[in-house]
Amino acid sequence: MAELLDIARRVVAWANDGEHIEAYVVHERETEARAYGGSVEAFTSAESQGIGVRVVVDGKQGFAYAGTLDDDALQETLREARDNAAFAEPDEFNGVADPDGVAAVELELYAPGLDSFSTDDKVELAIELERATLAADPRICGIESAEYIDSVYESAVATSTGIAVVERETGCYVSAYALAEADGETQTGFGFSIGRDPRTLDPGAAARDAAERATRLLGASKPASERLTVVLDPWVTAQLLGIVGHTLTGEAVLKGRSMFAERMGDMVAHPSITLVDDPTNAAAFTATAIDGEGLATRRTPLIDNGVLTGFLHNSYSGRRATATSTGSAVRAGFKSAPGVGAQALALVPGDRSQEELIADIDNGFLVQGVAGLHSGVNPVSGDFSTGAEGLRIRNGTLAEPIREVTIASTVQRLLQDIIAIGDDLEWLPMSAAGVSLVVGDVTMSGA
Amino acid sequence: MLDHELINRTLSTAMSTGGDFAEVFVEDKRSSSAVLDDGRVEELTSGRDRGAGVRVVVGDTTGFAHTADLSEAGLRSAAEAAATAARGGGGGAKTIAVSPIEVARRAPARIPPEDVAKATKVGLLTLANEAARSEGAAISQVSARYGDSRRRILVANSDGLLAEDDQVRTLFSVSCVATGDTGLQTGRESTGRTVGFELFEETDVEDMGRRAAQRAITKLAARPAPSGAIPVVVGPGGGGVLFHEACGHGLEADLIAKGASVFANRIGDEVASPLVTLIDDGTMAGEWGHFAIDDEGRPAAHNVLIQDGVLTDYMWDQLRARKEGRPSSGNGRRQSYQHLPMVRMTNTYITAGQDDPADIIAATDHGVYVAQLGGGQVNTATGDFVFGMTEAYLIENGEIAEPIREGNLIGNGPEVLTRIDMLGDDFQMGSPGTCGKDGQGVPVGDGTPTLRVTSLTVGGTAA
Repeated sequence: MAELLDIARRVVAWANDGEHIEAYVVHERETEARAYGGSVEAFTSAESQGIGVRVVVDGKQGFAYAGTLDDDALQETLREARDNAAFAEPDEFNGVADPDGVAAVELELYAPGLDSFSTDDKVELAIELERATLAADPRICGIESAEYIDSVYESAVATSTGIAVVERETGCYVSAYALAEADGETQTGFGFSIGRDPRTLDPGAAARDAAERATRLLGASKPASERLTVVLDPWVTAQLLGIVGHTLTGEAVLKGRSMFAERMGDMVAHPSITLVDDPTNAAAFTATAIDGEGLATRRTPLIDNGVLTGFLHNSYSGRRATATSTGSAVRAGFKSAPGVGAQALALVPGDRSQEELIADIDNGFLVQGVAGLHSGVNPVSGDFSTGAEGLRIRNGTLAEPIREVTIASTVQRLLQDIIAIGDDLEWLPMSAAGVSLVVGDVTMSGA
Repeated sequence: MLDHELINRTLSTAMSTGGDFAEVFVEDKRSSSAVLDDGRVEELTSGRDRGAGVRVVVGDTTGFAHTADLSEAGLRSAAEAAATAARGGGGGAKTIAVSPIEVARRAPARIPPEDVAKATKVGLLTLANEAARSEGAAISQVSARYGDSRRRILVANSDGLLAEDDQVRTLFSVSCVATGDTGLQTGRESTGRTVGFELFEETDVEDMGRRAAQRAITKLAARPAPSGAIPVVVGPGGGGVLFHEACGHGLEADLIAKGASVFANRIGDEVASPLVTLIDDGTMAGEWGHFAIDDEGRPAAHNVLIQDGVLTDYMWDQLRARKEGRPSSGNGRRQSYQHLPMVRMTNTYITAGQDDPADIIAATDHGVYVAQLGGGQVNTATGDFVFGMTEAYLIENGEIAEPIREGNLIGNGPEVLTRIDMLGDDFQMGSPGTCGKDGQGVPVGDGTPTLRVTSLTVGGTAA
């Protein structure tokens, strides 16, 4: 870790007068074991590293990266970033982050146990996952994939404004994709178990989830179109929150790409909705003590009992909005400059189980999976249309499976039409937590 | 890119634990991009990625390792790691001698991106921005993006194959936001080709800016899209995404082998309307999914997948083809040296039909006309797929009527293929795409003439 920070500091020290530099240096080790047919289909062992350098001079920003950390590469990368800055146009709000005195929380993101988990143990876990998935139900006829993946990710940020921080984390998961068959029809389902130490993973639970998701869709048919109440499974809610989070970023708001830009203080959601982004919550798999620019992360309330109360900012959007950074600079690896985004979004949960919520619904649709959120949802206009599959709800109980339908509304309306929130909050491998959500008056399009 | 003797020694190390097959993939990629947003050139980015991936196959097990260190020590260490990962037993020393294969010569990029001044690239952004904003006061935001990459690859394997390629791609896109009484709407135009800066001799970026702006403005007047199953006419070019999802992925041999495709065991069957001939073709010079060799060193090929409605073949990579004792079809691709190759599409298209596109619309009483498609997604095991419409209109009494808002369409691949009842004579390639599979993105092209599907479910909110 010290080496990464040394490298970042070394690059920053090359700053010329009047020039600001930010260096982001990462090192990652990853292994992946895929099982098939009772043995290893593929085993990958990977180690990668890289640096991303941002230069701001006279309000102009340039960026460059390299997938190696040797001295020549560092110098060439800085030269390129400098040269790139010369061709950009100035913006008074550009700059690297300024230290703001907020102390980073202590988070245990690194599990030393991963180091002592042997290759054989990893392979065994993947094979066990495949075996358990195939054995979970007689209708499971095969698997598309059963894998174990882990990574150790270390990153350092240093800036010419005096930031110098490092963070290290481990992560691992098993995931299975099951194929179920009955009467010549095939359905699929996935299951996973995620953690920081492989010894905490539960391949049995992943196998059961995959088998249940696949088998309960067997015999699914395509219903007629109608408007009804939908219950979004936690997995689906988390994806919806990801889209909402995007609309609440300073980047989208300041550049006129958010339907919520002018709505601060307005009732934008049902009064039962309280939405918070809190990467300091260690329960989130995306928890982090420092953001992509090296500032301490913090808890940011966004919607409070239906009222819009906050936006997320990195240092650029914070300065421009005459606000401060909320520690929400995010990076997609070392190959791009930091953007702004949610890191660990969650709704405040309700007090009833999914089963209890369903018991109140005469005619509804439990949405177990969605497809095409990237193609049918427009986060600027709010148009929302997605492929969906799951189970029909009739007279308060789960009924026949349905498939090949879409559900549609707008993001604005979905938030207003929420009827109830479940008590089943769970952190998922994405930057939002899932929870069952009941939404009224959604259009289901079918035959 | 690497000395042949060094390659031979690396492959020998990779095979030293008794591997059945070993491969070295070397990549050196430089990329640059420039973004204009919110009225100003915001940022230029450039970067370099260089490294090698080593793969060893023992029986049914593949071991893989990669390194950014292209020295003899770095390559040896990656080869040893891959051999260990493949869990081979003991082996004997095996000497390997690679020799270059003959690959069809192809035109290199006429104007390599590194020969073009950054100021010239940035100038294009400004032109597109001004043209888009000149379309009217409703245009409230514009972003434009220029990107290029030069990817040199070398593939060598224990069969003695050695092949190299130099792939240059250039991309340009414009995205606009229009603001009106109905809220915000977006419009986008993009073009990308496997060529150098000569792309802009044939591409007018100002025209792209204007078209993106008009698209956003048109959508301000859009009404909610219909909900339910109705006839859908897809304009020329765009329909490629439909086939990419409806059957393209389902014809990939890795998914077939696992029983995860509705098209398994269907060779020789009539799987589509007799109007449909589906081709995947990596040889199409200049197209977004074009290359000289795939990422396993196989020359790009023209592969007929469906001929007049009959399924003729799947797409193959080295691993699956080897098992079946047949040649790869040149569809083994990977995102980078850090990834294992798998079966991927290249440029996938439907050949032209006989119908006049105007007749196709005129023959449709009530339906939807999709002028521009977004991305899509498919579950190959069930065949259910979605694709987005980013510009679409109602068809009323055989004429294109009001614009409708964005949404997904959903269908089942095998059913939709049989429901294509009209095919235009106006073949066109579509917009450049990035196809994602198992977390890896690769550039793909697609194309179709105007076509009609007798019934598809449109996922709107209107009755």
